[in-house]
Amino acid sequence: MQTFRFDPCDLPDSALALRDEIRAFLATELDGFPARKRAETWMGWDAEFSRKIGQKGWIGMTWPKQYGGHERSALDRYVMLEEMLSAGAPVAAHWIGDRQSGPLLLNYGTEEQRQKYLPKIASGESFFCIGMSEPDSGSDLASVRTKAELTDEGWRVNGTKLWTSGAHRAHVMIALFRTATEEGNRHGGLTQFLVDLDTPGITIRPIKDLSGNAHFNEVIFEDVLVPDSQRVGETHGAWKQVTAELAYERSGPERYLSCYPLMAELVQELGDKGTASERDEIEIGRVVAELSTLRQMSVSVAGMLEAGQNPALEASVVKDLGAVLEQRMPGLATDLLERPFHLGTGGLDEAAAYLVQNAPSFSLRGGTREILRGIIARGLGLR
Amino acid sequence: MNELQTMLADTANRLFTDKLTKQVRIAAEEGEWPQDLWNAVEENGFPRVLVSEARGGAGAQWPDALVLLKACGTHAVPLPLAETILANWFLDQAGVDVPDGPITFASAQLTSGPDGMALAGPMQDVPFAANCTHVVALSPSDGTDGGIQVALFASPQVGQANSTIARESVAQVSVSGAAIASGLASLPLNSAMLFGALARSAAIAGALQSVLLQAVQYAGERVQFGRPISKFQAVQHQLAELATHAASVGVAVDAAARAVLADPNAAEFDIAAAKVRASDAAQIGASIAHQTHGAIGFTYEHGLHFWTRRLWSWGPEYGGAAHWAQLLGKNAIEGGGHSLWATVTAR
Repeated sequence: MQTFRFDPCDLPDSALALRDEIRAFLATELDGFPARKRAETWMGWDAEFSRKIGQKGWIGMTWPKQYGGHERSALDRYVMLEEMLSAGAPVAAHWIGDRQSGPLLLNYGTEEQRQKYLPKIASGESFFCIGMSEPDSGSDLASVRTKAELTDEGWRVNGTKLWTSGAHRAHVMIALFRTATEEGNRHGGLTQFLVDLDTPGITIRPIKDLSGNAHFNEVIFEDVLVPDSQRVGETHGAWKQVTAELAYERSGPERYLSCYPLMAELVQELGDKGTASERDEIEIGRVVAELSTLRQMSVSVAGMLEAGQNPALEASVVKDLGAVLEQRMPGLATDLLERPFHLGTGGLDEAAAYLVQNAPSFSLRGGTREILRGIIARGLGLR
Repeated sequence: MNELQTMLADTANRLFTDKLTKQVRIAAEEGEWPQDLWNAVEENGFPRVLVSEARGGAGAQWPDALVLLKACGTHAVPLPLAETILANWFLDQAGVDVPDGPITFASAQLTSGPDGMALAGPMQDVPFAANCTHVVALSPSDGTDGGIQVALFASPQVGQANSTIARESVAQVSVSGAAIASGLASLPLNSAMLFGALARSAAIAGALQSVLLQAVQYAGERVQFGRPISKFQAVQHQLAELATHAASVGVAVDAAARAVLADPNAAEFDIAAAKVRASDAAQIGASIAHQTHGAIGFTYEHGLHFWTRRLWSWGPEYGGAAHWAQLLGKNAIEGGGHSLWATVTAR
C-alpha cells in the first residue's frame, strides 16, 4: 500500500512579501465589493480586473520572461492565488489561461503558439476556456466524440462540447477532439487544438444554472476548419497531456476556498451580534481546524510541484476533502444564523443563497467525488 | 524525514515489531506490566528524546519526537511512552534532572512548603499511574513572569483506579511529602492539556495509518460473492475516505509539532486544530475499519480492536473535538471574520 506524502513546506520570503503587496492591492481594489460578488470567487468574470492583475505581473508568474511571464516560484504563485480567492476577487476571466492553458502550451505548444498566445494571457488580455466534456461524457473523457478530420484545408471539426465554462466570453478554446478510433484503446486517437472562438461554424449557447447564472455553455462545431498549426502536441497523443492538465486543476487552493468569503462574513456577523453560542463556537472552530489543515495540505502539494515531484494522488486527496468542507459551509451558515436567505437582500444573505444553490457543483467540477475516490483507491492498491 | 527521524522510525518499528507481540498486548490488558518492552524502549533512549544533551537526553526537537509519538499509535504500544516523553520534557524545560523509569504527568495544584513544593490535593485521572515510578505535577506559576511550576514526585500512591477503553489505567494519585525537585518552565498554563492533546493527536495519526493498512490488506484477502471485497466500489470508496482522513491528521500533527518547535507558547492554534481533526477522524476511521473487517474484526481474537479501542479512547482524552473547536471558534469570532484569514496564513 502506498502512503500519501505531504512533506511540510515553508513559503519563501518572496512569497510572504508578495502576500502583503497583494493584500494592500485588494483592500483598495475590492473596497465595497459586495459579498455576493465575493462568493463567486473564481467564477466571477471581470475583464478590467484581469487586465489590472496582468499589469501587476500576477498572471503567468512562473512562466519564462520571453513569453510575458515573470519566472517566479510556484509558491509565490500559490500565495497570489490564495490571497485572491480568500478575498473573493473576480479572477475567472484569466483563470483558465493562467492555471491550465498557459502551462499546457509551455509543455506541448509550438514556439509559434507560445509567442502568439502566452504574452496576451499574461497581460490579462486573452481569455481561455477548456473544451473537454461533451454530452454523455461527464468525467469519462475517453468517450469524447467530437470529430476532427484532416483535410487539405486543415482539420474539419463537427460535434458538440458541453459544460464549457466561460466559452461565451473567452477568446480561445483548448479543445479535445477525436482524431481517430483505435480498437481497444479508448485513450488513443484524441488530439488537442487551439480554437479561436470567432472561427466560422462555431455556435455558443450559454446554459443557465439553477442559481440563474450562466457560466457554462454548449458549443456546437459545424464544419469548423482549424489549421494544423493550431494543433497542440502530438496527433492522437492528447491523453497524457489532458491528465497532466487535470493535475493542475485539482491541486490548487480553489478546491477548498470557494466558500471562504462566506465563512469570513459568517464569522464576522456572529462576532458583530455578540451573542455567539457555544454551538456557534464549536461549529466555527471545527471549520477553522479543517480549513487550516487543508491549507497545510494544499501548500504541501504546491511545494512538491515546485520541487518537480508529481503529487497527483495527493492533489486528489485535497480536492476530495476540500469539496466536503466547501459543501458544508452554506448549510452551516443556514443552521447557525437560523434564518432563510432571501434573494435581493445583498450582503451575506445573498452570498449564502448563491452558495446554497452552487454547492452541488463543488463535488462535480474538476472530477466527481466518485472519480477522485476511485483514483485514491487505486493509489491504495485496491484497483 | 531528516536523518534522526529516519533513525528513530527504523529503530521504533524494528523494536515494536520484534518485541510487541499480540501476547504482550493481551497480557498488558490483563494488568501485567510489560517490563521487557519497557527496558528495550529505555535502552534505546526513547523516553529522553526531548531531553537536552546536558541532562543525558537526545536533545531532539518536537518534529523528531513526533516519530515516536506516532509509533505509540502505529504499534498500539501498551506503555506510558508518550507520558514519559512529555513528563521528561516538562522537567527538562524547568531545569530539573530527569530520573530513569516510566513517569506520568497531570495538572495539579501545588503549594510551596518548607521542604519544597507539595500537592494541595490528589491528582485526578493520571494515566498509567500504577506503573510509574514518578509523577510530574504541572501547576500555573503564581509568579508575575507566567509559566508553570513543574514538580517531580517519587513513589506515587494510587487511589481509585479505572481502566480506559484501551484497557490502560487512569488513577487518582496522592503523594506523601514534598517534591524531590521542582522548577519553573516558560510554558503555557494549560501545558498538561495542550501537549497531552498533541501527543494523543500524534498517536491517533499513527493508529489511523495502521487501521488503514490493516483494512486495505484484509479487503484484498477476504473473498465474498466470488471476488475480494476490495473489488467492490463501495468498499473502495470507504477506504479512500479513511485514507483522506488519515492523511489529514498526519498533516495537522506535523504542522502542530513544527509550531511547538517555533514557539511552544504560540502553538495553541495548531495543536487545537490537530486535536479537532484527530478526534473527529478517530471516530470515522475506527468505524470504517470495522465495517471493512466485518464480524471477524469485532472479535477479541482478531486484534483490530487493539487499535480501534485506542482510537475511541484517545479521541476524547485531553479534550475532544468539541473542546478544542470551541477554543478555535471563540477566538475566530472574537477576532472578527476579516482577520481570520491572516490567522490561518500565519502558519
